[in-house]
Amino acid sequence: MVTESTITTQKIWDILEHVTDPEIPVLNITDLGIVRDVKLNGDEVEVIITPTYTGCPAMDMIAMNIKMALIENGYSKIKITSVLAPAWTTDWMSEAGKTKLKKYGIAAPNKHFTIPVDGIECPLCNSVNTKIISEFGSTACKALYQCQDCKEPFDYFKCH
Amino acid sequence: MQEPASSKIENNSKESESLKVSALWTYTLHLADSNLILAQRNAEWCGHGPILEQDIAITNISLDLIGQSRNFYQYAAMLIGDGATEDSLAYLRTEREFKNCLLAEHPNGDWAQTVLRQFLISAYQFLLYEKLQHSTNEQLAAIAAKALKEVTYHQRWSSEWVIRLGDGTEESHQRMLKAIDELWRYTGEMFMPADYEVAAGFDVALLKDDWMKKVSSVFEEATLPVPEKVFMQTGGKTGTHTEHLGYILTELQYLQRTYPNAEW
Repeated sequence: MVTESTITTQKIWDILEHVTDPEIPVLNITDLGIVRDVKLNGDEVEVIITPTYTGCPAMDMIAMNIKMALIENGYSKIKITSVLAPAWTTDWMSEAGKTKLKKYGIAAPNKHFTIPVDGIECPLCNSVNTKIISEFGSTACKALYQCQDCKEPFDYFKCH
Repeated sequence: MQEPASSKIENNSKESESLKVSALWTYTLHLADSNLILAQRNAEWCGHGPILEQDIAITNISLDLIGQSRNFYQYAAMLIGDGATEDSLAYLRTEREFKNCLLAEHPNGDWAQTVLRQFLISAYQFLLYEKLQHSTNEQLAAIAAKALKEVTYHQRWSSEWVIRLGDGTEESHQRMLKAIDELWRYTGEMFMPADYEVAAGFDVALLKDDWMKKVSSVFEEATLPVPEKVFMQTGGKTGTHTEHLGYILTELQYLQRTYPNAEW
């Protein structure tokens, strides 16, 4: 049983680091910058999150997974609040998150390419001889590319 | 007995305050409805797009629009109160209660007609959200700022298609001309303010010049003519729709109408 005195926000943040994005399972929600704040209102835990894309179907699942993770760790009074302002930006993605993305085969958001154009670095062979195939990829947050050197098609996490 | 002047003024201001609130939620519903209906139309392409990448693109746009409409519906539900939810607003209102622009409900036709409809609406939404993100209404401003990032993609993608088809082959050019002929008559409505837009303080007429500039420059690059002196169809924003909306709602609302409160 978790009592009020044993709750600290740091403990909550540690738990949230184990909640992953259902569509990009190598990233946890703090890597993504989805968690904006954690508050303790008495014995109630409030987690404030912001959506990446408005239509992202993962958001409902993420909210549910946060609840599940906190329940598993003994918390019972949980409130998930979704805020829209300020709007989420890929600037909030951690450097650790970007490294994990690349390892997973997804090119990380790059500030020099706010509009997806040719030349995004291939996450496999690091060539910049790449071509955009479509501004819209397998999920709302990604664009589709192909490397002209190693020929591998890959996703690029759009800079937003 | 004569009512004291001060209480009369108070009553009037209360009345105008509640009028403002109902105008605000009607306006919010109008924004939500236009997004939802266009999303439903675009989603009809799912599995039928001309090539896989474009099938994914049009349905991605659809998903963004549904996300935006959910934000607007959630806000409208909060303003309306009385047990309204985003789901009840989307699934349990009749066509007369829908306030979407006529252009959003127009059938997909061929790919030319679909991408042109998207471009005409995205160009409008881009300008609208650009203004709305500075609104004193914090919730609408937040939704608009978020949506603007997505609409930027929609506008770019759809304008590229208009140019590709307009300045493409003889066949694609002809199809684009036909699409303009079919859709242009529904564009005027977007800039004719409905009563609730005026009452809520959103002057959409102000967007017209910039919209014409954007559309003209894309049409010019696409070697397409901008139509002149076309009679404009109106009514969608106040609930008088074309024959198409009823069919869309029949499909969209089927499950909740047949199995009320079904969840999965």
